[in-house]
Amino acid sequence: MTPPIDLGPILPELILAGTAIVVLLGGAIARGVTPFAWVLLALAGVAGAAVAAVGLWDWDGGLTVLAGGVATDRFGVATRLIILAVAAIGLLLGHHYFERSGEQRREFAPLLLLATTGMTLFAVSADLIVAFLALEILSLSLYVMTGLSRRLGSVEGAMKYFLLGAFSSAFFLFGIAMAYGASGSTQLDAISGALAGQTGSTALAVTAIGLLAVGFGFKVSAVPFHMWTPDVYQGAPTAVTAFMSAGTKVAAFAAFVRVFNVAFQPLAWDWEPIVWILAALSMIAGSLLAIAQTDIKRMLAYSSISHAGFVFTGLTSAGETGISAALFYLVAYAVTVIGAFGVVMLVSSRGEHRTSLSSYAGLARRNPLAAGLLSLFLLSLAGIPPTVGFVAKVAVFRAAVGAGYWPLVLIGVLASVVAAYFYLRVIVLMFMHEPQEAEAERDDTILPRVVVAVPAALVLVLGVFPGLIVGFLDQAAVLRW
Amino acid sequence: MSTWLTLVIFLPLVGIPVLLLWRGATDNQARTVALVVAAADLLVALGVLGAFDPSVAGYQLVEQVEWVSSAGLSYLVGVDGFSIWLVVLTAFMTPLAILSSWRVEHRVRLFMAMTLLLETAILGSFLALDLLLFFVFFEMLLVPMFLVIGVFGSERRVYASVKFFLFTMAGSAFLLLGIVFLWFQTADQLGSPSFDLRQMELLSLGATTQRWLFVAFFIAFAVKVPIFPLHTWLPDAHTEAPTNGSIILAALLLKAGPYGMLRFNLDLFPEASRSFGDAIAMLAVIGIVYGAVVAMMQTDIKRLVAYSSVSHMGFVILGIFTFTVEGTSGAVMQMVNHGLSTGLLFFVVGMLYERTHTRDIGEMGGLAKVTPWIAAAFLVATLSSIGLPGLNNFVGEFLVILGSFGSDRVLGAIAVSGVVLSAIYMLWAYQRTFQGPEPRAEARRGLVDMVPGEIAAVVPVVAAMLVLGVAPNLALDRINPASEGVVAWVNSVEIDQSGLPGGLRAELDPAFTVQAEGSP
Repeated sequence: MTPPIDLGPILPELILAGTAIVVLLGGAIARGVTPFAWVLLALAGVAGAAVAAVGLWDWDGGLTVLAGGVATDRFGVATRLIILAVAAIGLLLGHHYFERSGEQRREFAPLLLLATTGMTLFAVSADLIVAFLALEILSLSLYVMTGLSRRLGSVEGAMKYFLLGAFSSAFFLFGIAMAYGASGSTQLDAISGALAGQTGSTALAVTAIGLLAVGFGFKVSAVPFHMWTPDVYQGAPTAVTAFMSAGTKVAAFAAFVRVFNVAFQPLAWDWEPIVWILAALSMIAGSLLAIAQTDIKRMLAYSSISHAGFVFTGLTSAGETGISAALFYLVAYAVTVIGAFGVVMLVSSRGEHRTSLSSYAGLARRNPLAAGLLSLFLLSLAGIPPTVGFVAKVAVFRAAVGAGYWPLVLIGVLASVVAAYFYLRVIVLMFMHEPQEAEAERDDTILPRVVVAVPAALVLVLGVFPGLIVGFLDQAAVLRW
Repeated sequence: MSTWLTLVIFLPLVGIPVLLLWRGATDNQARTVALVVAAADLLVALGVLGAFDPSVAGYQLVEQVEWVSSAGLSYLVGVDGFSIWLVVLTAFMTPLAILSSWRVEHRVRLFMAMTLLLETAILGSFLALDLLLFFVFFEMLLVPMFLVIGVFGSERRVYASVKFFLFTMAGSAFLLLGIVFLWFQTADQLGSPSFDLRQMELLSLGATTQRWLFVAFFIAFAVKVPIFPLHTWLPDAHTEAPTNGSIILAALLLKAGPYGMLRFNLDLFPEASRSFGDAIAMLAVIGIVYGAVVAMMQTDIKRLVAYSSVSHMGFVILGIFTFTVEGTSGAVMQMVNHGLSTGLLFFVVGMLYERTHTRDIGEMGGLAKVTPWIAAAFLVATLSSIGLPGLNNFVGEFLVILGSFGSDRVLGAIAVSGVVLSAIYMLWAYQRTFQGPEPRAEARRGLVDMVPGEIAAVVPVVAAMLVLGVAPNLALDRINPASEGVVAWVNSVEIDQSGLPGGLRAELDPAFTVQAEGSP
């Protein structure tokens, strides 16, 4: 019997992939059209996908469609919307970046759309095989995007990302095999059922958990699977870094939540310690290593590692509280980090100039707007009120305290004090030091400023009125299977 | 529902977008904007004082708006006898702080915007009755203060500002955990989660739990006070901060610490407060003597005033942890007094620094003949600071000592020595700075006396010092009901004798139980 084919729940992905192909082919055929028109088309695709995703909020069909491959719950809708928002900002930043650096890169928009397709699909996959496919779609696109620039660093980053990424994919795949061995299925609900009914092999399942955790740990850049992050974040074109630092993390955590809270929910006792360790290591190592950095992109990379630890801290509490806290943290992190990299791009002005911390000295004099916005983003990353980062920090701590993980919360608190130091150092440089370099060329175009102002506004608005999205995220935090 | 409190908290924010976005503003325009906004806020604060009913013991003018209802978080502000004077003090000192920094020349708009942001954060911490809201304001203090010290301070400003930030942030990290823990307790015990202080008061917490929470809260506030031995950031921050920053730091920001103890530690953890009371009173007395002795040895006049702050704040803490009405009211008085007198001292020291470009006491001398007005202002502040009767500090310190004699005579006696020591170091500083041979002619260049703007700022402070010194009941009448309430509450709990050796005091002192019975 052929399973019924219901394409509605993957309409967002279809729109994204379709737009990607149109933009790719269109760019090759109609060479006369201005590049910005293609970006607008891509944006329209993203918007269309968002509309399609919103339409799924009240989906009343099956819990999964396409032979159990894709979930239709609100969690999927919410994570999709976050990823799509990131993609929209990433598109505009990237367009500006490549235009200014003089490297016309027509493949950027289609690649970004494909990566987004992979990300959203990763977030809604209800079958490990689909998850693997999605993971590969997003990874391959990101490898190429990392290497889009001709600079050596960019190519090196892409190579490193690719090699290590392939390695982690192998772990992931091996984990899938183990899960299949343990339960006889790759569908999350079937795995869950087999494990709950004790018809499966717990030993194999625990092995699967470990292997899959490696795969996820790599994608979310958790310690000890973080090695690639600083090099890739530094090497990739800044606009690409902005997009992937926010998007990948949301997608990978969404998939992690689904796999671990659905498929391995019966074994929560076994995986919570793993999450605990990943969280603790990431927070400690991320914060400490960030202190030693002299390049802002590398510093933000280590910061992103430590933030992965904070999300894991929220996820130690299995179930709705943890998921809702982690979702809020992901929104906060995505909004903040894409803004921060956006400002880094603005300061670079062209290509990858001036990313060393020393070139931020005296920025408040040269470019008060950039310095002010970057300070706002850094304070949000440090979790200082009234920014969204503070609310997010409280949310994950609350979830972990509720689950009784006091030591982890203590580590988190201390890590955030350490982290405050290196964020502060950048603010010190910008506001309290005199410029060391002569006034270099400045990027005075309006577009990127407007684009960066959006996350800045969100950081403040959501920091003061978190209630605007809390209800929405609470509803989305219920996984249905 | 009245909106006095919301208005007084957020009015200063109105000036910030104006200052940051008005690029063409001249420095004088920027200063004026800030001054006008701060002055308007003072008027509102006086309105709050007018609307405040001294006969009511609990919170007044309460405003509550749901913020994040699923988390039990609400925008909840209210004022009582403890906070009312701190609010007025804040609104009173901010315009003066702005006047004191009229001569800041660079990045005036940023400077003024940060000053106004500080005012909002400080007022918010004094008025918030929702613990998370309090924490938000409490942490919001850090960034503008950090920038004020770090951007506008003197040579070692960056070191001082980072030290300030990390010290206070590390201290308050555990406060957040304590608040989250209490939130879970409200969910468990009361059925619905809440950050509302009045709900949390209803919790019954075990003795051990109370002590842990007490410590978490106490460390956050002790760093701000600062209590010996957590004080090391203060001399650096004060010395490097610009005049405006020093005034705000000393007069206003330090008050968030003792206020937090009074409001939260005593209210939420009465049993733990009692059991730790002796140890903390001991630390307070050590701080009084230590601060005074170290102040005596300073050659940098700003550092001297900073260490005198450590000493004076010791009195505040001692007063709070006597658990007597006199001690508590005295502590609140002393917070206000310290704000006025130390604020004035920093103001005058700032004037001196602007004119002589040195903070070294050894390089000054004989200035009274050249700048008599400055000398007079310094002398008034000095006399107030050493507790001359008729000036404000006398009342507060007297009440605190009275209270501490009521609970522990030895500590009270040692604390008195702090008053004596303060007379030594302050008068000695005055003598070395203002008396002696007149400065030589070339050193006199640029030594102008107070200008009208400065006089306009100094006169109200002196007037307030006199008024509070002569008619302290104006303030005490409003403070006392709140003190009686908290003292009765703390003394009403049974102390767990199996714990720390803290319970001794209640047995030693019969006055304790008498008061507890006498109050409502």
